[in-house]
Amino acid sequence: MTEMNTLESPIKGIKSGEDYSASVMSIEIGPAHPAMHGIVRFTTHLDGEVIVGMDPEIGYLHRGFEKESENSKWIQVIPYTDRLNYVSPLLNNIGYSMAVEKLYGIEAPRRAEFTRVIMGEISRITDHLTCLGAVAMEIGAFTFFLWFIKAREYLWELVEEMSGARLTTNWTRFGGNANDLPDGFLNDLSDRLAKLKDVMSECDKLLTRNKIFIDRVKGVGSFSKEDALSFGFTGPLLRACGIPYDVRRADPYSVYDELDFEIPVGSVGDCFDRFLVRMEEIRQSIHIIEQAADKMPEGPFMTDERMLHYPDKKDVYGNIEGLIDHFKLVMEGHQPPAGEIYMPIEGGNGELGFYLVSDGGGDPVRVRLRPPCFNLVSAMPAMTIGHYVADIVPIFGSVNMIGGEMDR
Amino acid sequence: MIPTVLAILKIMVIILLFAMPLGTVLTLMERKWSAMIQDRVGPNRANIGKFTGHGALHIAADGLKSIFKEDTIPKGADGFLYLIAPFFGLIAGVATFAIIPLAGPIGDFTFQVTDIEPGLLFIFAITSLSVYGAVLAGTSSNSKFALLGGTRASAQMISYEVFMGLALMGVFMVYGTTRVSGIVEGQNEYWFGNIIPMWGVFTQPLGFVLFFTALVAETKRAPFDAPEGESEIVAGYFLEYSGMRWSAFMLAEYVALVGVASLITTLFFGGYHVPWLHLWEDAPQWIVTIMQLIKFSIFTVFFCWFQIQLRWTVPKFRFDQTMALGWKKLLPLSLVNVFVTAFVILAFG
Amino acid sequence: MSEGSSKKDMEESTEAGELTNLLQREFPNAVTGFHSHRGDETVVIERDAFESVCSFLRDDSRCSFEIMMDLTAVDRLEMEVTPRFEMVYHFKSLTHARRLRLKVHLAEDDCKIASIHHLWKAVDWYERECYDMFGIQFEGHPDLRRILMYEEFEGHPLRKDYPIDKQQPLLELKEVEERHTYGRDS
Repeated sequence: MTEMNTLESPIKGIKSGEDYSASVMSIEIGPAHPAMHGIVRFTTHLDGEVIVGMDPEIGYLHRGFEKESENSKWIQVIPYTDRLNYVSPLLNNIGYSMAVEKLYGIEAPRRAEFTRVIMGEISRITDHLTCLGAVAMEIGAFTFFLWFIKAREYLWELVEEMSGARLTTNWTRFGGNANDLPDGFLNDLSDRLAKLKDVMSECDKLLTRNKIFIDRVKGVGSFSKEDALSFGFTGPLLRACGIPYDVRRADPYSVYDELDFEIPVGSVGDCFDRFLVRMEEIRQSIHIIEQAADKMPEGPFMTDERMLHYPDKKDVYGNIEGLIDHFKLVMEGHQPPAGEIYMPIEGGNGELGFYLVSDGGGDPVRVRLRPPCFNLVSAMPAMTIGHYVADIVPIFGSVNMIGGEMDR
Repeated sequence: MIPTVLAILKIMVIILLFAMPLGTVLTLMERKWSAMIQDRVGPNRANIGKFTGHGALHIAADGLKSIFKEDTIPKGADGFLYLIAPFFGLIAGVATFAIIPLAGPIGDFTFQVTDIEPGLLFIFAITSLSVYGAVLAGTSSNSKFALLGGTRASAQMISYEVFMGLALMGVFMVYGTTRVSGIVEGQNEYWFGNIIPMWGVFTQPLGFVLFFTALVAETKRAPFDAPEGESEIVAGYFLEYSGMRWSAFMLAEYVALVGVASLITTLFFGGYHVPWLHLWEDAPQWIVTIMQLIKFSIFTVFFCWFQIQLRWTVPKFRFDQTMALGWKKLLPLSLVNVFVTAFVILAFG
Repeated sequence: MSEGSSKKDMEESTEAGELTNLLQREFPNAVTGFHSHRGDETVVIERDAFESVCSFLRDDSRCSFEIMMDLTAVDRLEMEVTPRFEMVYHFKSLTHARRLRLKVHLAEDDCKIASIHHLWKAVDWYERECYDMFGIQFEGHPDLRRILMYEEFEGHPLRKDYPIDKQQPLLELKEVEERHTYGRDS
């Protein structure tokens, strides 16, 4: 049982760590549970309906991403990154590719960067749609969930058009992207965004001012700024506490410094604030996508530096440099110069950081992902002790733990 | 002899041809209507050869599946209580139909199984019985989630019974009798000449709202389905049941749904009385009876539909909010209703 | 402008950054190395001074690193460099809008380091993960047990000498210890 309780409990007299053994029931909100997204196990100690102790256990989806990466070539890690945060796969692809580009010290061409911004924001929207839909479903508003899933389908169609797959996208490469914009993509994009905006306004009317919903989420799981910073919160949960930290503004990467968007900030950090922050972020992402689509420049979608891009087939079979480059890239892999970097990007849940160590060879020495929801789930006991067991549902839903990202 | 046989026949007809089939069809219609507001199609796959009937065969498929499922009894569950718990809800749900009239009396023959003097009180007694089902199921399954669900169920149902009774006090005062046929007859009067029928919903609007809320909480339908928790306590009190016993719980819930709709129609919407039919003098008896049956059925089905739509539109209350709502808001309102009704009756006769 | 955004000049900088100078002044013998490869300011610290440096980084108003971003380790066995383990800590300051990477070298037979869980609450689980994956002992940690792996797992997977296809022994089925029957004996 973790000894953390940083909050004033709304139920007087409940303190974590006190001896309640005579009246305490221990219950496993176990790995197989309808409300646990991904798999996680909470050993909860209850006094009636009030939680007096909690111990999360994670690691059910640990697949050894970091160990596998050390045994692969640099480019073979990109399919593994799809499966990290599997509701926003393109953000992981983009993060990893940008990290390796930072290791090389190069930049992708402008057209590739704008396309990455569009696809990254689409992924962020799908992440938020899934999270909000799941929270609403567990509070009982099933219709809201299904309308958001319908909206998410529009976006998955766009992702499929661009990269060929809905989830296992494997789309970015070092120095650019795997392919250019397909024909008619920008038209489809504006169609789908219009439909998405319709769904957003319908769902907003359904739930945001609904008294029953507000009673369930307001005042539940609030967190102070100091605690949030100490626990290493980033992303929507930190912004809901009132701190406007967004990696796209604080450490701008790609072309975000040329785009105009606002950062929604909450005040008390309870579940209602987190809900509203995510809803507003979806709207801001739509705005970013529209700007990027307007500003899309012409040009190449992949850098043409040697030993970074796979040469065209006519070069591979046509001249000797192409043949040698292709051979070395496939057999020895990319070989970024020796060094170590940390590249943070703004993921759906917060700061997604890649820490890469290279020794100049074809295999990485260390590929480390800083998982944003790891911090959030470690703060679960502090957020839930003193609340009712029914409050675990909105709190954990708003944390948006993605098993693939947390356990890697 | 003859009255007994007649009563048994009436029971069979009302229960086997009206209540149970409607309840069973509602298990499918809930899924279809929820699909409609959620922009999907709903179940439509069960088929025999090429005939799907838009999913109608799912009813049979579900029933067959439940019969053939393994009947698990958890280790440590209290044998006898665990086995009898599903049937309390079913019995209570079905017994509600004993006093509901489907159509007007023809001579001495009534379309009601029995017309006892304390008809309204019988309703309270029967709904109190249904508490046992949930409580026994929750406490006798050897499981903590079920225990939580059973405790919540008992607290919620007992609380909401309190002001269900008070809400009906108003009806009793307005129509002057607890006999159900008397209440239905009382709703056949008209105000302002022949314009507005004296239905319960017009004479007791607040009573109608309170009674409807109380009944939705009694049947543990959303938004009051905290005992059936689903998100936090998986399935609540019927967690450990499988196969036909679980089906018994489900059927009890749907039969209770139909019972609630019938009760609301009978007590607040004129029962079987077709409004303004009395203006057509010399109507043949068989036409009158058929129209009464149709009117009763339409209103019952409408209220079934309404409860189902309510479930899929509104989010759920947290359990302590359910309790606070019942005791702090609805109970005072029902008392106010009683006083206002009494005042109006004394003042205007 | 914060680091990480100026990708135009990503040459390796051998000049000490502002924070490095500050740390060298405050803790004269603690800093054993530094670099700013690709703009990421990095400082290597002696293990003995580590805890006081971290306190300084959090509390001093010239640093105020409110967020401990990441805590991990690198096993340099294949790079044939000693000491073998390198602890890597990333910090972020919102007030001054900058980042810092702190490194501590640990020898293979002495991989212990002070725990800083009392400074940032996020560290608790990160240190458990580091222990789980690398076997590094954190002195003073209240509850150092495995987090991603199960308790009976043998070995520390992210070490370079742990083969990727190693088989683990099969376990006996565990009996769940407590089973309330609420007053009945069974």
